[in-house]
Amino acid sequence: MTSSSQSLSNVRLFQSKAGFQRRKITNSVMLAVTGLLTILAIIPLVWIIVYVIYKGIQYINLAFFTQLPRPLGIPGGGVLNAIEGTIVLTSLAALFSIPPAILAAIYAAYRPNSPLGIAARFSTDVLSGVPTIIIGIFCYGLVVKPQGHYSALAGGVALAIVMFPIIVRTTEEMIKLVPHPMREASLALGAAEWKTSLSVVLPAAANGIITGILLGLARASGETAPLLFTALGNENYSIGNIVRSGVASQQSLIEILKRILDTPVDSLPLTLYKYSQQPFPERVNQAWAAALVLMAFVLVVNIASRLYFQRRTSQLQGK
Amino acid sequence: MLKTSDSPLSPRSINTRIRKTLHYGDRPWFVLVGMAAVLILLLVLGIGWLLWTDSSLARTAFGLNFFLPTSNASWNPVRDVYLSWPFIYGTLMTSIVALIIALPVSLGIAIFLAELSPAWLRQPLGWMVELLAAIPSVIYGLWGIFVFLPLVVVPVGSFLGLTLGQIPLLSLFFKGPIPASGSSRLAAGLILSIMITPTIAAVTRDVFMAIPQSQREASLALGATRWETISQVLLPYGLSGILGAVILGFGRALGETMAVTMVIGNSIEGTLSLLRPGYTMSSVIANEFAEAVNILHSQALIYVGLILFVITLLLNMGARFLVWRVARKTSTEVRA
Repeated sequence: MTSSSQSLSNVRLFQSKAGFQRRKITNSVMLAVTGLLTILAIIPLVWIIVYVIYKGIQYINLAFFTQLPRPLGIPGGGVLNAIEGTIVLTSLAALFSIPPAILAAIYAAYRPNSPLGIAARFSTDVLSGVPTIIIGIFCYGLVVKPQGHYSALAGGVALAIVMFPIIVRTTEEMIKLVPHPMREASLALGAAEWKTSLSVVLPAAANGIITGILLGLARASGETAPLLFTALGNENYSIGNIVRSGVASQQSLIEILKRILDTPVDSLPLTLYKYSQQPFPERVNQAWAAALVLMAFVLVVNIASRLYFQRRTSQLQGK
Repeated sequence: MLKTSDSPLSPRSINTRIRKTLHYGDRPWFVLVGMAAVLILLLVLGIGWLLWTDSSLARTAFGLNFFLPTSNASWNPVRDVYLSWPFIYGTLMTSIVALIIALPVSLGIAIFLAELSPAWLRQPLGWMVELLAAIPSVIYGLWGIFVFLPLVVVPVGSFLGLTLGQIPLLSLFFKGPIPASGSSRLAAGLILSIMITPTIAAVTRDVFMAIPQSQREASLALGATRWETISQVLLPYGLSGILGAVILGFGRALGETMAVTMVIGNSIEGTLSLLRPGYTMSSVIANEFAEAVNILHSQALIYVGLILFVITLLLNMGARFLVWRVARKTSTEVRA
């Protein structure tokens, strides 16, 4: 791909001793530069992790996990509402996204070159590139507007769409790693396709699929943008209070569940975002504590699932 | 072979019977998994359709003027006039700044990880770079507001304002002073550059890994140094894949919301300068959508979302096509 004049100059360089020295120096300098750039990219990672731990650990206490927020300007209190909200939202997201994602991945892995298979794989890639704020607008139109109010349900749907492509892709790749003879053995023994998929292929790929789900959950639990106008936020959200008042007024289980899922909720990243914009130092401090909890969760899940995934993958490949 | 198709013992009927028993329940199963596959397709189409229909009023009211460059930076919910050029400009400028910084860094990482790194270092380093992508956007924002802006952006910004800001043409983009808080387009661009580096680096590394070993061996055997092999053989070979990685990173920068919203200052000023606060498409949606009571206002915001969606969609499709081309050449699986 080099032009002919450049190749000629290369030949001349190659023939002279000075040229050889110069080429060797260029080589070492450029290789060192790539190493330095790698270190440069690691600096922000270390900086963020260390600083968030340093700030967050000062403001984490039991109340942070067990109490509702106090009114503005009054120190103390916690973010129980956000922690419960995050759990509700991610559970809903998992519920909505995991079953269809795994089914879609089975299709994409077995019919990769059929028109629908190509379209599904392509849409998965495209969907993972759609800005999450747009997914927020979509769920606003899809759930919030018809319902007439913000809700945990809408937020759960939004996070499910965020998780969906992540799970499809990891599941699809894990299914492809399952050795073909295993499938063939099952089919040869007379098992139907669906039986082979469910009782041979999926169990063999299960660990990888769980990795994908965990990575998806980690991603969803850190998302803020799609929740801004779906889950909205709710400083008084407390599952305990809802259940207590529900039991006191003798509501049925379904009514209580509806009140848990059908009200606006907060989540840790949403709280972090709102608190960071407020001029009250105790709120900013709690934002740091929330950042620490969130980051610890995301990083632990990421590292653990990658370690696990790697071990399983090499096992499956027989290494 | 006898052709007695009615006999229960004919080969054909036995075949059908075997197939029926063995594949019992397969058709509903394929319908089920096929429907799940269609669901992904429907989601992408549904997002586009909803953005299109829900912005119809704004589209008819403002038409193409909505996103064309204009000196009249008008976004006024009180007078119900909405022109999105300031947001588009903010999104483009911050993403371009991010790309200019992230590109060389990511290339360096990819080359180091794929070509030079000792095997034991490759995986941990790769993971560390990928962890950068796992940290939630709001945490970048929080760190940005309280650490990165005062310590890095303000000094760098004032320096740029005093140097490049004095040169006639460049002063348009580097006119100071940078706000004391550091909130500016430059801040958003710098944070974005950190956030998109792992995206570009990971895909570029995979592209390098997909290049056949024979290419390297041939070049080294001809007497080229390692750097010459990388820059004159591997880079041209993987160029379209690397371009795909860059476009992918650019797309991520365009759509990134929270970190940008937290550090860009969210204000519409007449200035083009990087050192002044600005606004992006995603941050205006994040800030105003929940409070937009006026129908035209919320439709205008959805219109902004539609433009953002179409841009990122096209970029994504283009990028994946480019990466897929490299992978096809080498018959290994690389997906962006």
